[in-house]
Amino acid sequence: MTLFRRLVLVLLLASVSPAAALVRAQQTTEPQGQFVPAESLPQRERMPAAPLLIGAYAFALVALFGYVISVSRRLGAVKTDIARLESDMKRSGRG
Amino acid sequence: MPKWFIPAAIACALLFAASPIVIATSPEEAELGMVFKIFYYHMPSAWMFLLSAIVCGVASLRFLFGGNPRHDRSAVAAAELTVLFGAITLVTGPLWARRSWGTWWIWDARITASLVGWMIAWSYLIVRKYGGPGSDKLASGLAIFGMANVPFIYISVNVWRTIHPLTTVVPSLPAPMGWRLWFCVTMFTLLYILLFKLRVHLEEQRARVDALYIALET
Repeated sequence: MTLFRRLVLVLLLASVSPAAALVRAQQTTEPQGQFVPAESLPQRERMPAAPLLIGAYAFALVALFGYVISVSRRLGAVKTDIARLESDMKRSGRG
Repeated sequence: MPKWFIPAAIACALLFAASPIVIATSPEEAELGMVFKIFYYHMPSAWMFLLSAIVCGVASLRFLFGGNPRHDRSAVAAAELTVLFGAITLVTGPLWARRSWGTWWIWDARITASLVGWMIAWSYLIVRKYGGPGSDKLASGLAIFGMANVPFIYISVNVWRTIHPLTTVVPSLPAPMGWRLWFCVTMFTLLYILLFKLRVHLEEQRARVDALYIALET
């Protein structure tokens, strides 16, 4: 092996090792595979998360109600159009 | 609208009215604490998001190869619901993640694929609105890609490394958490059916308006 090839190999290993260590460090957190009830935990160890919980439910409910109102309004507008067009048809003698 | 629509809407409203009590009385999770309860809305809305993308894709396929406008109307309705339930999923997820993982967002396979699926549904609606003549068929192509993305979203947590909970959390839920989850899944599924029916009805009425305009002009 030539000196140049050895040098390239050493540089390659040197650059890969910290990256591999970093990847390993980032992957230390394991995904949750199971949920366990926390009935036995003392109150102080429970995480206060009310704002996040309320925020999540509030967003979901506002989005759903907003969508129902939006569809109802669009449906109302279309039904008004249909009534107007049908009366136009009758007036023009084509209804 | 069909006869079952009003009774089903009342039943759905009652389920939604009962859901805060059902969720508030749920046990907290050992690691996540109270924030775990976001799961009861997050997971059913995520399922409706994926279901809607599949409905949109199947309806688009049938429209492309059959040409029946009824399928096109179903695809439009499903695309809008994909955006709605996708938004709920993508907002409630980071609220969970902030407490659970210490960050609002990570670019892992599931979350990124979900965002892509949501953007495909948006692009479907944008193409339909601004695409001009022929945009219905162009948008159908997008919907097929949106549907193809669904299996990747579902299996991603089991295939690629992530800190997102795995798919095994649902079958392994203890009974006090499990029945509450299935209560919410039933509630969201009923809501999805009702919203889908309502949105398809809107498209049918719009088609009627178009037919009336054509009849008046000829």
